[in-house]
Amino acid sequence: MRLDYTERQKQFREEIRSWLAANVPSETLPSFDTEQGFEAHRRWEATLSEGRWSAVTWPREYGGRGCDLIEWLIFEEEYWRAGAPLRVNQNGVFLLAPTLMEYGSDEQKARFLPRMAAGQDIWAQGWSEPGAGSDMAAIRSKAVRDGDHYVINGQKTWSTRAVWADWLFGMFRTDPTSSRHHGLTFILLPLNLPGITIRPIKQLNGLPGFAEIFFDNVRVPVVNRLGDEGAGWSVAMATAGFERGLMLRSPARFQQTARNLVALYQQHRDRVDADPGIREAVLKSWMDAEAYTLATYRTACRLGKGAKIGAEASTNKIFWSELDLLMHETAMRILGPYGELMPEASASPYSDHWLDGFLFAQAGPIYAGTNEIQRNIIAERMLGLPRS
Amino acid sequence: MDFTFDDQQLAFRDAIHKFLMVEAAPEMLREIWETTASGRSAELRAKLADQGLTALSVPEEFGGIGVGDLDWVLVQQELGYFAIPDSLTDSAYLAAHLLNQLPADVTLKREWLPRLAAGKARIAVGHPVNPLVADAALADLLLLWRDDEVHAVTRDQVKLTFNPSIDLSRRLYAVEWSASPATRICPAKLGRTLWADVLDRAALAASAQLLGLAQRMLDLGVDHAAQRKQFGKPVGSFQAVKHHLADVAVKIEFAEPIVHRAACALADNDPQRAVHVSHAKLAAGDAARLAGRKSIQAHGAMGYTWEADLQMYLKRAWALDSAWGDNIFHKSRIDAAVLDQAAAIGPGCTFSSRRA
Repeated sequence: MRLDYTERQKQFREEIRSWLAANVPSETLPSFDTEQGFEAHRRWEATLSEGRWSAVTWPREYGGRGCDLIEWLIFEEEYWRAGAPLRVNQNGVFLLAPTLMEYGSDEQKARFLPRMAAGQDIWAQGWSEPGAGSDMAAIRSKAVRDGDHYVINGQKTWSTRAVWADWLFGMFRTDPTSSRHHGLTFILLPLNLPGITIRPIKQLNGLPGFAEIFFDNVRVPVVNRLGDEGAGWSVAMATAGFERGLMLRSPARFQQTARNLVALYQQHRDRVDADPGIREAVLKSWMDAEAYTLATYRTACRLGKGAKIGAEASTNKIFWSELDLLMHETAMRILGPYGELMPEASASPYSDHWLDGFLFAQAGPIYAGTNEIQRNIIAERMLGLPRS
Repeated sequence: MDFTFDDQQLAFRDAIHKFLMVEAAPEMLREIWETTASGRSAELRAKLADQGLTALSVPEEFGGIGVGDLDWVLVQQELGYFAIPDSLTDSAYLAAHLLNQLPADVTLKREWLPRLAAGKARIAVGHPVNPLVADAALADLLLLWRDDEVHAVTRDQVKLTFNPSIDLSRRLYAVEWSASPATRICPAKLGRTLWADVLDRAALAASAQLLGLAQRMLDLGVDHAAQRKQFGKPVGSFQAVKHHLADVAVKIEFAEPIVHRAACALADNDPQRAVHVSHAKLAAGDAARLAGRKSIQAHGAMGYTWEADLQMYLKRAWALDSAWGDNIFHKSRIDAAVLDQAAAIGPGCTFSSRRA
């Protein structure tokens, strides 16, 4: 065990730090759940890509740097430390790309990955349906083979970034006689095809962060299939595993929030200490953000030695989502009557704005598999308790 | 950056696990708890010595193996898992380390380290953070704090008063004794550093044992929930019970790397080691307390009995949670470090002890 960085890793940190210092926009971009903000974030993806920073873990041929997971963690630390914009293409870069690398043909990789890295194609995900949320195997949207096309009919929902995204990856039932996780197929499709209707869904913050998607005889070429026909479940599980696991929520994000929370507390401790629970929560936030970082480094080192991500991915999801809630709830307790104010409100004496993060934290225990589903997975697969 | 143990460390841990599975079964623990006045078994100590456990911290020149904190931390998790009812840690880890660090005069080292390594001496350690001294009545030698000095006294030089505890895995004593130039083995200037080291190592050992105890209590809860039937099915098939136990698994999963990092910090003499140790103690204590509470719940009424094995691990965990610095002590060290205006915290600072 050696818990320090090599000279090469230190140089890598310096390199990304100075690039970010020169390139991160000084003004916070508008939310990527607005049309203008979406395009601004797309341009930022292109800027990142020009510096070859948009997908550091990918092979060089597709626009990456071939970084290992420790370098990825270093990149993320510097990225969050610099206050760089949120990643509008995270569904593509962090969720779809690992699956494409594993299951895609060389042709598909060459077709999709470089455009994804450059922000030319922004990806949305199409998992959930009105009748298939936590129970994803209940998917009913159909893709019927017709020559060299699939004809898709049905409905997807809670499709993140779908309002302005270019492409969708999702799962459809190709065998009409199948049930549950059999007979499903993973398909990639452009969102401008005839027969697609996208209806935005306003999130808690009033912005259309996700959408419903209706498919009416939408024709998608068979070459857009990822993996074998009928093998969609195992292909998608690889994506879900990555989503719950490392890539989606790097520890740096929570460390940055913890640091901001400590600063907020420091600034107001004279008043705040009258509620001793707040100080306790601030310390716990720092400790848990450190714990998540340590656990992630440990997983990264294990993966580097050939181990696989198992049921511990489910413990990750529970841990970071509850930590994110704790931190934002604590910030709101400190802000008191000013917590509810929108950024444009003029009365607030506070420069920190926590409301967006507080609202988003409410979703953490729900998306990417609810925490109740994660606890079932832990109980059954890690602890070996009987299925109900 | 390598956050893994080497194959040799893992193999030793596995060997100790297998050994304790046979030699420290709950029935054996219960017998020692209930029937012996000292709560100690000379046989077990001899067997532990055969496994090399008493020689781990003793340098090779004194007949030991001379390995460090990273080897110990894995062993401590196993000692916790089996609630080893022995003063092994105080003698073989803390006292051995303290004697090793003493200034040049090697008389004491020559006298005690080979005996420690062979499992033929017990040494108790009295630090002011603990009001009482564990297993003092069995100790051949006591290393005691007095105004940051280190004193060595034999058992016939102290008056002991037994203080019964709910945790029968060790016996606690109030120690009355007189310090003199003859008992002093280290002056305060160096002693301050040595005692700080002892405290951090002891708290690390307690953290690792708490992790092991948390895992044991989780395993006992899972076993019971999988076997006990109500409403025609195992109670562990109900989500409410599953989720209790899953929460414990999450706590353990995220406490363990903190404990291992603290061990690495001690081994490296990292300037931030005291903070890392306190974090480890708090996280492992949290995990053990939650494991205890949830395991009692999963056991139902059986969990509140003397008969169920759970009680031995539970009481050990409750006691250890406040030994070698209670939550107040360790939280105050975290508080001082995190709320220090000059502290470097946030992304990129986890493995760096630099100040902002």
